[in-house]
Amino acid sequence: MNRLIFAFLLSLICSPAYATLNVFACEPEWAALTQELAGDKASIYTATGPLQDPHHIEARPSLIAKARRADLVVCTGAELEAAWLPVVLRESSNASTQVGSIGYFETADFVNMLEVPTRLDRGDGDVHARGNPHIQTDPRNFLPIADALSKRLIQLDAANTNAYQQRLSAFNTKWRSAITKWEAQALPIKGLPVLVQHQGFPYLSEWLKLKEVATLEPKPGMEPSAAHLAQILNTLQKQPAKMVLRAAYQDARPSEWIAQRAHLNVVELPYTVGGSAGASDLYGLFDDTIARLLKGSQ
Amino acid sequence: MFKEISTRAAIAALLFQSASSFAANTGSIDNAFNPAFSLILSGNYGSVQRDPSIPATGFAMNPNPGHEQGFNLGESEMGISANIDPEYRGVATLALDPAGGISVENAFVQTTALGDGLNLKFGRFFSGLGYLNEQHAHAWDFVDQPLVYAILWENQLAEDGLQLKWLAPTDMFIELGGEMGRGRGFPGTDTVRNGNSAGVLFAHIGDDIGIEHSWRVGVSAHQTRRVDAESIDVPDLAGNAVTDLFTGDSQTTGLDFVWKYVANGNVKNSYVKLQGEYFRRKETGDLTYDTAGANVTDTFSNAQSGFYLQSVYQFVPRWRVGARYDRLDPGVAQIGASNAGNVISDFAFKPSRTSLMLDYSPSEFSRLRMQVANDRSRQGLKDNQFFVQYIMSLGAHGAHSY
Repeated sequence: MNRLIFAFLLSLICSPAYATLNVFACEPEWAALTQELAGDKASIYTATGPLQDPHHIEARPSLIAKARRADLVVCTGAELEAAWLPVVLRESSNASTQVGSIGYFETADFVNMLEVPTRLDRGDGDVHARGNPHIQTDPRNFLPIADALSKRLIQLDAANTNAYQQRLSAFNTKWRSAITKWEAQALPIKGLPVLVQHQGFPYLSEWLKLKEVATLEPKPGMEPSAAHLAQILNTLQKQPAKMVLRAAYQDARPSEWIAQRAHLNVVELPYTVGGSAGASDLYGLFDDTIARLLKGSQ
Repeated sequence: MFKEISTRAAIAALLFQSASSFAANTGSIDNAFNPAFSLILSGNYGSVQRDPSIPATGFAMNPNPGHEQGFNLGESEMGISANIDPEYRGVATLALDPAGGISVENAFVQTTALGDGLNLKFGRFFSGLGYLNEQHAHAWDFVDQPLVYAILWENQLAEDGLQLKWLAPTDMFIELGGEMGRGRGFPGTDTVRNGNSAGVLFAHIGDDIGIEHSWRVGVSAHQTRRVDAESIDVPDLAGNAVTDLFTGDSQTTGLDFVWKYVANGNVKNSYVKLQGEYFRRKETGDLTYDTAGANVTDTFSNAQSGFYLQSVYQFVPRWRVGARYDRLDPGVAQIGASNAGNVISDFAFKPSRTSLMLDYSPSEFSRLRMQVANDRSRQGLKDNQFFVQYIMSLGAHGAHSY
């Protein structure tokens, strides 16, 4: 009996004896990208789900426990996770994944940031000093990130360098041709005027040349108010839009409200891997995003 | 288009080159500023029917934080934090008293690179006991602390000393911690002597159940030696208010739990939080009755206890309602023969209180709150209380703990 208890305690304390990298991914898209680049060389934990607002996550005990054993933390950065990740990392007492260490990777470091504020004033709402953090809505951003992330994986796990390099090169080829396909599919919606619920789509809009007429949130992070929505109805008189975009995690009511009154289509985009049935991996994420945009434009 | 991609890749490669020396990576994610600086502004309007300086029945030897009446400025809290170097992080929280003066609420250094789940903190910090104790006032769900915290810990226990925590390398959150200190906060008596005057041990476990449920459960123990702890205006058997002095051991044990249900795991939209804590304090030593008069010393031992249970429900984004029930038990004291005719041993009354609150947060940096309470903590003095509160935060907004 004592031996059984001892064995149980030992199994609790010892992490699985495989030599895989433990990766703590803040958002599903980075978990999916790490999966593409590391395959079975990494065991990946995803800290947030597609139905969670990544700005507003609680530093739950489970997240702290998972971060404790991580070899690599992969997050967006640009303050997207400022409300919870600092506590998780601090409380995890994991020296190898603190900010600035080799086990800490921010994807926003490797792309051209949009909407970088020229002034920092909370009166402007929840603006991020380094720019809009929702970089995962433009598939082109994944190329430089994949390159840097693969290098980081190699630094952490040099023994599998070849495997990482092969997977990166395969990903690059496949991803580039997928981008070409998506851009061809999205030609009909080029220049389409849209409303967005949150300023969460500047990268998507820049990629597909969508024209954002207005944002339902009066200021970033502020809930849409009735007065502001009424103002948008006025704007739509002069500048009509075709559809209103919302991420899967966002409250449906504001976009439904405006869509009914202005006769727009509501397009709920998966926003990240798992955000819709079709978005089962990175490729599915953009397949489904384009399909939903095309449907909404009709 | 390919050209654009390859340009981007080239830029990224260049960026990576410069960023690959990790020191060159962008600094703290707390804030773009170094150090992170924050200021909490808060204030209340309070309306109570009874004199707030009257202590809860049976707890005249405990602190009584009470409530402020009318319009009053709460403590403005100034926080400064930053990594000191790759090994240490420093945090200072200064409370600006509305009447003037600054007090040091927290001022501690914390290791960031010990590894192996070890975390050492030293300086002045809120003890890790219980669930609410570590939370700063601006993160409270009600205007005031539960009675058991107000009366057994003078709202919250801050200690000068050191804390060591260890997080187990398990999938489930298992954290063990211990603290040593000078016994600064109540029930400690801030004794000036060599060595350790107060100790705390705590353990927390927690986890998720699916994506919608999360929980944490804890046990804690606190002990200190109280020396010449003076209590004024303590009622005695003759009906007078006297000053008593207690010297002895104080041992407190506690249980705490919190459970949260978050629809779809999206805390922005709606959630329910249920939490409760129980503390029991056993004190054994000598009590000197009426130091200004009779001045009789004999043995004294008592066990005080209390609990609260509360729930907060965010029904739509920005709006929350909450309910809380408090209850205390002053215990039945064992009093030495020479004081049996002086000191009250059994109050035969259990203080309680029911509070309801409604709050509205225009943004994550501002909160407005209304609270009503039916206070039955003082025998024969029912008190209907009403509070309005604002809590605003400027500057760096540190992440909140669970």
